[in-house]
Amino acid sequence: MREIAFRQALNEALAEEMKRDEDVFLIGEEVAEYNGAYKVSKGLLDEFGARRVIDTPITEAGFAGIGIGAAMAGLRPVVEMMTFNFAILALDQIINHAAKARYMSDGQLSVPLVVRGAGGAGGSLAAQHSQSLEAQYAHAPGLKVMMPATPKDAKGMLKTAIRDPDPVIFIESEVLYGLNGEVPEEEYLIPVGKADKKREGDDCTVISWSRALHFAIQGADKVAEDDGVEVDLIDLRTVRPFDRDMVAESVKRTNRVVVVEEGWPFASVGASISEWVSRELFDWLDAPVERVHQRDVPMPYAFNLETASLPSADRIADAIRRACYIEV
Amino acid sequence: MAKNENESSEDHVEPEELDAECAAQVREELGDDAIVEMLRKMVLIRRFEEHAGRSYQRRKIRGFCHLYSGQEAVAVGSLKAAGDDDYIIGHYRDHGHALAAGMEPNVVMAELFGKAPGCAGGKGGSMHLYDVERNFMGGWGIVGGQIPLGAGLAFALNYRGDEAACLAYLGDGAIHQGVVHEALNMASLWELPLVTIVENNQYAMGTAVERVSSTTALEKKADSHQIYSEVVDGQDLFQVYDAVRRARKRAIEDDEPSWLHVQTYRYYGHSMTDPAPYRGKDEVNQQRDLRDPIVRLREWIIAEDIVTQDEIDAIDDEMEALVKESIEFADSSDFPDLSELTTNVYIDWPAEID
Ligand SMILES: Cc1ncc(C[n+]2csc(CCOP(=O)(O)OP(=O)(O)O)c2C)c(N)n1
Ligand SMILES: [Mg+2]
Repeated sequence: MREIAFRQALNEALAEEMKRDEDVFLIGEEVAEYNGAYKVSKGLLDEFGARRVIDTPITEAGFAGIGIGAAMAGLRPVVEMMTFNFAILALDQIINHAAKARYMSDGQLSVPLVVRGAGGAGGSLAAQHSQSLEAQYAHAPGLKVMMPATPKDAKGMLKTAIRDPDPVIFIESEVLYGLNGEVPEEEYLIPVGKADKKREGDDCTVISWSRALHFAIQGADKVAEDDGVEVDLIDLRTVRPFDRDMVAESVKRTNRVVVVEEGWPFASVGASISEWVSRELFDWLDAPVERVHQRDVPMPYAFNLETASLPSADRIADAIRRACYIEV
Repeated sequence: MAKNENESSEDHVEPEELDAECAAQVREELGDDAIVEMLRKMVLIRRFEEHAGRSYQRRKIRGFCHLYSGQEAVAVGSLKAAGDDDYIIGHYRDHGHALAAGMEPNVVMAELFGKAPGCAGGKGGSMHLYDVERNFMGGWGIVGGQIPLGAGLAFALNYRGDEAACLAYLGDGAIHQGVVHEALNMASLWELPLVTIVENNQYAMGTAVERVSSTTALEKKADSHQIYSEVVDGQDLFQVYDAVRRARKRAIEDDEPSWLHVQTYRYYGHSMTDPAPYRGKDEVNQQRDLRDPIVRLREWIIAEDIVTQDEIDAIDDEMEALVKESIEFADSSDFPDLSELTTNVYIDWPAEID
């Protein structure tokens, strides 16, 4: 199969959906003439013109709201946030407005909107530009949150998100844009709320998503080699709603769980999943749920501190060992 | 390297003259030594940014790094007008303001290198420089976010009855943010001593001003808030100084905030990773040739016989040496100790729940 980069997979998803549906348009900072800050929208202005690929001023709250209003009128906007650090400015529009419209109007309104862009730590970008903010959105009923970890998923999930009748928050790890991977030429969709098994094993379930999944793969390799522990590795892909069926099936076999996320630990997606596993699958657990996450501090700039702050293969391997009662 | 090579392109053309009347008036007010001192600072910033750029290429500096070259007269002129108790706040393109505010090149460069003796202990990096002793309040990375903070600093000055103002800097791209206008309205309503300095360097990343602003007359953006505004030639050190001096006086004596539309230009891409495909080389060269703030100031200084060409060359050498020393200092300093990871999150609370 051909290999393409994560950013190109997203680009294809946008182009295909824009071709398929005249109501789909892209709006955000630098998306048109500059081809996107991360080049995800490369060539789209040329192909679809300025009516459908729209550069905005630096006004996240304003253009998110324009996307929401346009969606209420039946269009299918894709709002690009240059990064999710800046989407914080639009949280009011998204949480107070987009997430509530269907419910408050008793189903009269719907907001078929995608808010997408770069998330997570990009590398030496310091505290205001290195945040994993999925919990902000996953917390609010009315929003779906999708976070692909591979080019193939990126494409199939974005196409699904654009067709979804409700607001979808679509977070792309900044460091994954250059990642190459196999992507089918023919059309495919990846459903909301379906996880993907990255590795089969009976010893310990590891649950992760987005960039942290790649740390988790390395951690699983490590314990396989060093300790003979076989990990059942789940890529959640959609963090809300998450795939309870796959998690439950796995945990009932392995009886041990490690949840790995890139961001902070408190009130996080990982915290919610751990809580659900501990409560719903209590009888199947042989050990407390282990967690690996960013250290609970704003991201420092200094290279050594940043590395120490992020999850790593070593920290994940240790967490797996703890879950398996192997001395670390 | 030929002297002054970096200040203009190859063809020799006459740069625009500084406003003579304004220059004479500032000279009268500040004296010649102060003018030479400002030239030194502008040259220091220019050399500092050249070396920062090279260090970025050597991966000694990483992440986002935004160079200030071309805009030196704005930071140096405005901060010359600042009083000791004034607050200073701005955005991520902050090396120039930090140096103009008197911060040592060594601690600024060390911060860019992420080293322990940096002005934020290596935790902030290029975008987040701080020196609270000098009232230099940063160094912020969310476009427009610093302006409400600036209004808050001005609020505190007002509250305490201090005879001082807050100089708050923002870019042409930041002026559209909602929080900027919310802050302006309150600054006007509550008569806060806030001097907002819009550094219009013509682009916000790859976006030229006219593509995203309902008017390019950016001074008008404060009109609906009933805030005094004016247009300032940001490549004329004396006009910047004079406009900010008057704005500061207005803030302190008449309880009136100001909004200064300062027209300037940046020579490099938005950050070190931007090749700037959205503008031509000719445009940049024309700016360097005709409007470079250092060249214009030098020509005036020489024409006025304040110092000789030799003395100007000596300033260049001295500033170059100072910056080289800062590179060595930064390079040979240690990274922060790992224990620094969890300091200063809270003051007396265990930082982590795990
Ligand atoms: C709220 C927010 N949105 C987007 C960005 C990304 N960004 C960083 S700088 C910049 C352009 C700002 O341009 P301008 O205000 O003109 O300042 P300049 O860089 O020219 O000094 C953008 C879009 C950001 N940092 N914060
Ligand atoms: Mg600008």
